[in-house]
Amino acid sequence: MRALRSMIAGVLMGGLAIATPAVGPALAAGDAPTPPAQNWSFDRIFGTFDLAAAQRGFQVYSEVCSACHSMRLLSYRDLAGIGLTNDQIKAIAAAVTVPQGLDDQGAPKEGPGTPASRFKRPFPNDVAARAGNNGALPPDLSLLSNAYLNGPDYINGVLTGYSDPPAGFTLMDGMNYNKYFIGHQIAMPKPLSDGQVTYADGTTASVEQMARDVVTFMTWAANPEMVERKQMGVRVILFLLLMTCVTYAVKRKIWADVH
Amino acid sequence: MAHSPANGHAHPGHSADVTKRDLLQLIAGAGAAIGAGAIAWPLIDSMNPAKDVLALSSIDVDLKPVVAGQGITVVWQGKPIFVRHRTPEETKDVRATKLGDLLDPETDQARVKAGHDDWVVLVGICTHLGCVPLGNKPSDPRGDYGGWFCPCHGSAYDVSGRVRRGPAPTNLPVPPYAFESDTKIKIG
Amino acid sequence: MAGMHKSEIANPVLNWIDSRLPVITMMQKEYGVFPTPKNFNYFWNFGALAMVNLVIMILTGIFLAMNYQPNTELAFDSVQRIMRDVNYGWLIRYVHQNGASMFFIVTYIHIFRGLYYGSYKTPRELLWMLGVVIFLLMMATAFLGYVLPWGQMSYWGATVITNLFSAFPWIGPKIVTLLWGGFSVDNPTLNRFFSLHYLLPFVIVGVVFLHVAALHIVGSNNPLGIDVKGPQDTLPFHPYYTVKDSVGMCVYLMVFAAFVFFAPNYLGDPVNFIPANPLQTPAHIVPEWYFLPFYAILRSVPDKLLGVCLMFGSILLLFILPWLDTSPVRSARFRPIYRILIWVLVACVVVLGFCGARPPEGIWVILSRICTLYYFAHFLVILPILGKLERPLPLPESISQSVMGGGGGPMPSGAHAKPMEKA
Repeated sequence: MRALRSMIAGVLMGGLAIATPAVGPALAAGDAPTPPAQNWSFDRIFGTFDLAAAQRGFQVYSEVCSACHSMRLLSYRDLAGIGLTNDQIKAIAAAVTVPQGLDDQGAPKEGPGTPASRFKRPFPNDVAARAGNNGALPPDLSLLSNAYLNGPDYINGVLTGYSDPPAGFTLMDGMNYNKYFIGHQIAMPKPLSDGQVTYADGTTASVEQMARDVVTFMTWAANPEMVERKQMGVRVILFLLLMTCVTYAVKRKIWADVH
Repeated sequence: MAHSPANGHAHPGHSADVTKRDLLQLIAGAGAAIGAGAIAWPLIDSMNPAKDVLALSSIDVDLKPVVAGQGITVVWQGKPIFVRHRTPEETKDVRATKLGDLLDPETDQARVKAGHDDWVVLVGICTHLGCVPLGNKPSDPRGDYGGWFCPCHGSAYDVSGRVRRGPAPTNLPVPPYAFESDTKIKIG
Repeated sequence: MAGMHKSEIANPVLNWIDSRLPVITMMQKEYGVFPTPKNFNYFWNFGALAMVNLVIMILTGIFLAMNYQPNTELAFDSVQRIMRDVNYGWLIRYVHQNGASMFFIVTYIHIFRGLYYGSYKTPRELLWMLGVVIFLLMMATAFLGYVLPWGQMSYWGATVITNLFSAFPWIGPKIVTLLWGGFSVDNPTLNRFFSLHYLLPFVIVGVVFLHVAALHIVGSNNPLGIDVKGPQDTLPFHPYYTVKDSVGMCVYLMVFAAFVFFAPNYLGDPVNFIPANPLQTPAHIVPEWYFLPFYAILRSVPDKLLGVCLMFGSILLLFILPWLDTSPVRSARFRPIYRILIWVLVACVVVLGFCGARPPEGIWVILSRICTLYYFAHFLVILPILGKLERPLPLPESISQSVMGGGGGPMPSGAHAKPMEKA
């Protein structure tokens, strides 16, 4: 009974901290500086995705990030959304091997991917992912850009925020110092270095450039409907504006005879 | 001999009938209430843990493979449970700690079963924000107090599961468990 | 044949129906010629807006349920499938998600209208109490619905809120197990929450029907808070108020659309984009914005049971508000002191909202205690005493006289919006 109660108290401590306000949750994010705000192509009401950047970002994801990070909510067919052609998508999908049900003996079968296949995951499950990464789980990137306040700025900050720890900072074994990461100790080693990928369009692959590109790609991946949504929004608001004027005019007319 | 209610009251000669009728109405009403309750209870009770859920409400853990100095993690009711086999030195050391040095004072004796002093069983959820502390696997860091170390915000626990360095406010809770034999415990 | 209704509808088919079930006559009576005070301001839009919002929620919800999977393994991904693959799924989902926030915005303004103009006073006590029932049902529905996407905040919000019931001695832990259907928030919990989330809106529809029925028995209050004296004080509901509600609805839909199309996640918590993980608690567990004031009241006292009682009490005391307010005058326009205190109450609730979003430390604890104290004092102490002490301003003879005197322009509504802006 006591154990149960303290378990519940433990859970509540995290959220409510009713028992004693003094031991309330220490601000986890309190000590990390806010990453600098960036200018993104997808910002603001009329912002759209810079498709060239998103395509470069996909290249960075495939060549670098995808070694550890899954994007399990995406299928190859979705890549049409960043302007890839059907043939390109087919080629990309065919390059991976995916499970394809059972053969006639009942054994699991594998084969080349199709546009309908989900992005191939680097690890079959989370336990394997932890085991392969020193106990730390590389988060899935499908929605990560939405999972923080000002997510694009934050991820961009973390990708470019690696440095040596300041004097007096003790780093745990296998951890890396990052200026913007919450708590400063990040299990992911510095993922990007200058010239790591070769962009087909000739853009110089600096760390900053790759970070911006991959953040653009991730933000598209998390909000593939954004452009359609904003365009529809403009039309809906204009329509409603018109309707407001019309109904207000009708209202004035009808109420004109009320003294 | 059906009486309308008005007739029943109009003729005092029928007062015995009236009492009888009230009684019958009372019985009928009570019967209806019991019936309603009997219908309601199965519906309410269907929301309580079902048999398959209850089947998992207690688990047996075989202690034989756990050598002194090591620990294992088992899952009970969806929560990680640490089972740690301490070396006798560890037990001695942790009992030498003065209660005044603890953030959440509690004796080690109160957190283990008498006669099985080297075994400690804990709910492995950091009391700060619910991360799962490290320390059960040989390769894990165990923190400065030899028990568990929470990678999220650096809380350290001793081999009794007592918090020695914050921000965690309280000791790791001990789940209800009992020794079935010297090499088997039942958690839950 | 004596029981047949004598319908005046010209169309023979409709007449045949109306003679046997006079729904058309009823609609005409209740929404066509229904005599409505002529001096409503735009605050009187919000009841109709809430009704529209309820319909939007039920409609979008039905179509979401066709694609949603109430299973811990599938729930998160099924919501993402709606967002990515279902035709217009993102639109339906964002309308439903932001519709919850819009529903609370509209309802809070509707409740404020009732408080400001004394709409809870006799003979409208039961009308008001039915409204409080709707509010409670809405809160329950919103809470249940927030759990369904099965993100981190869904899971931990459900854990924290269901754990509140464990504060009650002895029976508490039993209730929590009953709610969970297990020993933690898990698949049985998600399953039943979906079932109840689908059910409760229809219960709300039922209570809304009673709310409106009660309104049509006692009649609407109005900004002056005085009774209707005769036909010169009223207008037929249609077309005067149907058109006025339409104007309000267009503006409301614009605000709604602005959220849905341009900031669909602005009011949500980013942590809910991470799938639920029972082994890892998020750094801050915060409810959705509309629950924050109550969450702050809960945390304002160090004792858990007392906190839970205060939180529930803060809503339940609205049930007895008609008897707590002893003033015979309804509208705050004629209550010089109450008119100030109602804004103090609003300020307190807003401050409580901010406190609820912050970790319970330092100044936020003190602020939430002060505001909680005022909240309860306002209803339990100030209102009963104020009604006896306050000297109300002279009331106008009648609505029509006031309309004539107060500006006399062609737009009574405009003229009567003024005192509110002043307040």
